[in-house]
Amino acid sequence: MLNEEAKAALTALLGNEGYRDDKETRVTHSYDGTPMLQALPDAVVYPSDTQQVSEIMKVLNAHRIPLVSRGSGTNLCGGTVPVEGGVVMVMHRMNRILEVDLENLTATVQPGLITKQFISHVESLGLFYPPDPSSMAISTIGGNIAECSGGLRGLKYGTTKDYVIGLEAVLASGEIIRTGGKLMKDVAGYDLTKLLVGSEGTLAIITEATLKLIPPPKAKKTMLAMYSDLYGAARTVSKIIESRIIPATLEFLDNPTIRVVDDFAKLGLPLDMAAILLIEQDGEPELVERDIARIEEICRSEQADRVEVAEDAAQALKLLTARRSAFTALARLRPTTILEDATVPRSKIADMVLEINRIAAKHNVNICTFGHAGDGNLHPTATTDARDAEEIHRVEEAFAEIFEAAIALGGTITGEHGVGIVKAPYLEWKVGAAGIALMQGIKATFDPHHLLNPGKLFAKSARRRVVIDRG
Amino acid sequence: MAEPKLQTAEPLTRLNPLAQKLKLRLDEDQLTNCMRCGFCLPACPTFRVRGIEAESPRGRIALMKAVADGVMDPDEAFEAQMNHCLGCRACEPACPADVKYGQLIEQARDAIEDHTTSHRWWVKGLRRTMLRGVFPKQKRMQMLGRAIALYQRTGLQRLARGSGMLKLFPAHLADMEAILPPASGQGVIERIGVRHPAKGERIATVGLFRGCIMDVMFTETNVNTVELLTEAGFEVVIPEAQNCCGALHAHSGEADDARRLARSNIAAFRAAGVEHIVTNAGGCGATLVDYDHLLHADEEWREEARWFAEHVIDISELLVRRGRLPHFCDTAAGSEPTCITYQDSCHLRNVMRTSDAPRRLMRSVEGTAYVELPEADRCCGSAGIYNITQPEMAGQLLEDKMGLVNGTGASYVLTSNPGCLLQMKLGEHRHGEGRQVEHIVDFLHKRLVPRT
Repeated sequence: MLNEEAKAALTALLGNEGYRDDKETRVTHSYDGTPMLQALPDAVVYPSDTQQVSEIMKVLNAHRIPLVSRGSGTNLCGGTVPVEGGVVMVMHRMNRILEVDLENLTATVQPGLITKQFISHVESLGLFYPPDPSSMAISTIGGNIAECSGGLRGLKYGTTKDYVIGLEAVLASGEIIRTGGKLMKDVAGYDLTKLLVGSEGTLAIITEATLKLIPPPKAKKTMLAMYSDLYGAARTVSKIIESRIIPATLEFLDNPTIRVVDDFAKLGLPLDMAAILLIEQDGEPELVERDIARIEEICRSEQADRVEVAEDAAQALKLLTARRSAFTALARLRPTTILEDATVPRSKIADMVLEINRIAAKHNVNICTFGHAGDGNLHPTATTDARDAEEIHRVEEAFAEIFEAAIALGGTITGEHGVGIVKAPYLEWKVGAAGIALMQGIKATFDPHHLLNPGKLFAKSARRRVVIDRG
Repeated sequence: MAEPKLQTAEPLTRLNPLAQKLKLRLDEDQLTNCMRCGFCLPACPTFRVRGIEAESPRGRIALMKAVADGVMDPDEAFEAQMNHCLGCRACEPACPADVKYGQLIEQARDAIEDHTTSHRWWVKGLRRTMLRGVFPKQKRMQMLGRAIALYQRTGLQRLARGSGMLKLFPAHLADMEAILPPASGQGVIERIGVRHPAKGERIATVGLFRGCIMDVMFTETNVNTVELLTEAGFEVVIPEAQNCCGALHAHSGEADDARRLARSNIAAFRAAGVEHIVTNAGGCGATLVDYDHLLHADEEWREEARWFAEHVIDISELLVRRGRLPHFCDTAAGSEPTCITYQDSCHLRNVMRTSDAPRRLMRSVEGTAYVELPEADRCCGSAGIYNITQPEMAGQLLEDKMGLVNGTGASYVLTSNPGCLLQMKLGEHRHGEGRQVEHIVDFLHKRLVPRT
């Protein structure tokens, strides 16, 4: 529990509604979307504006109390579990759209805004904000920025970092900084905006963001291609890109996923297929037609067994069902679902999938792989049971090997979920000892007393997965 | 960097009796199945109003699990939080992992009911009398109906209202009294008999589930249901031996009583030899389709319960899926079509998964224009007896709901469940613009153009 002085200061600042430390509140802020990880905070605060965030931080800094800022707590890397106790700061009350600037095509929002609400709002104004993480119905813009969330449209439109052009943030000292602005060009010093995007709440608390908006595409077309040869699917992906076509979506399901999805959604998918590609193109109508026709040709030339192009929106929706039900179908198989996001250069997709299957067989664990083939971002997903310690151990061993394989193929341990606590032991594999030292230096400059989201990003020792058996 | 301090469960040296009961009752598999993705949060009405994790399905499951794991002792706040849930089950269609939240919350309430100290003795006594002595016995329900009818017809109601006596009750109860429909001492069987032949060629023989409250407070709707079904080509039987579905018992944590009622209903409809069990109340229907779960541990009844659950269907779904759709026409409509809208019954939508069929029926009525109510899938705050036990939250939900209803420009609000119907009437009474609130069956029945 917090010391009386700190508690009194925070209560005076926030009132009983804004500061809570009862057991119910602490238990319900002890987890996020990460399996098997739970730790109780000492208190939870709900600030209403930037000034309050700053004042809270001054109190916590004076008492050296750690703080974890969070939105809806949907992340998959343990990024918002308060593993060193302290205070959890929920940003939900700061959820306003401050401005949509139709002259500059920017929006300025508070961090607690739900991403989908934001997307719906800008769409109603005839504009487009592309980052679409699958949690967007509940995840917040602030959380998306902290994790640099991706989504299905990353290949053509980029991820959250490509749309954040300005930030307001509170430092560990309580000072308020502003970075960037409604500027398409800005080279005044180090790019602190980009540094804060994806910093997982370890450098500062984001309190306001200026986002870039773009005009929406006019037309969209969807198709599905099935392959009995995994390499045929992989070659298709490479060849589409080689042909200078960048699809809006280029998604992939492997054979184990196809089986699970078909069993769940009864789609009549051919169960002997090694892979399915779901492809969407958007843009000017003529261009979409031309690209889809060209992609269809490429699929056939790479021995796709079946190619289906949707004639209308209803048919497109049907084709999308296979990919959309992947996570749901997997989540229902076993009690615990561990979703990772190893990422490789897109030319290495087939090699990575074969590696994953080999490693899963070696450790006798069930891993299905689907994901964003167009940007090399795969989601090997283990279905298991948190109560079976021996099996969980095998799953962890398998994932360690999968991370290793990804790096060997020129890839990374995480494409869009973040490092948090779950992948902290592997960060050094990706960035090296010098890279870690540099990152720790940056961290110390921003947060000399290690108060902001402590225990994340940097592990005490590499190559050890940190999980607990309750949660 | 310091080694992360991971909080493991500190086992409680002495579990309190409620904690022990919860540990026994809560389905550990379901608790484990929740992967805390948070997808249920935007679907939850109480989370939306309060914006606090503990007021969400993920939060409530985490609390249950914390108790089952011995991380926390269930206290009054825990009890209050479990009772704060509407039980609308909007979280279930939103859940990727198919967690049976409805079952978990019933298990939690069941355990709480055994141990609570927050009910006063007379509340416990009254609950027992109503749940054991009245709801399961249709004759006694009818007696109750006659008593209410007497109150309404003899001028006692006028006296009560005129004398200001109702002011002695909390405002929300006095409001409820004002919107109560005329009760009846005669149920649907007494009114029209047990067996009703199909008009034209018979498509199937179906059994009407009359509902205990439905049959006393909304007898007319039951009569109309039978007429719509026969018109659409169904022979209708109303088995006399049926009784209350057990919803109020199951939702209030009286699982043994709910099982007893379930077995008796299954036997009644099996004996009637029907192809479907038709309901016109989403709340009852949701309990009936759960009979397979309710009796899953009962070897003798398991198979029969599965048959029953698979053959329960809402009237709108049956009409659309298998019936010869009658012609409906709104002759009262002038040059402008009558504008109608619809509030989903949560249990019909989220548990029976029927949402398209009523909309198709409404769109088929000539002379009307159907307008979709924004957030029609969100609970109105009725939720069984929630509006009586949790008036504050129910009132907030209703006020939000009526704001949206007032924006539709509709002159009729239709719904598919008696609880929702009363709540929407209450909404009209408090915040409305004088529009009609009707059960979809009654609305359609009035506009039925008989086949020649």
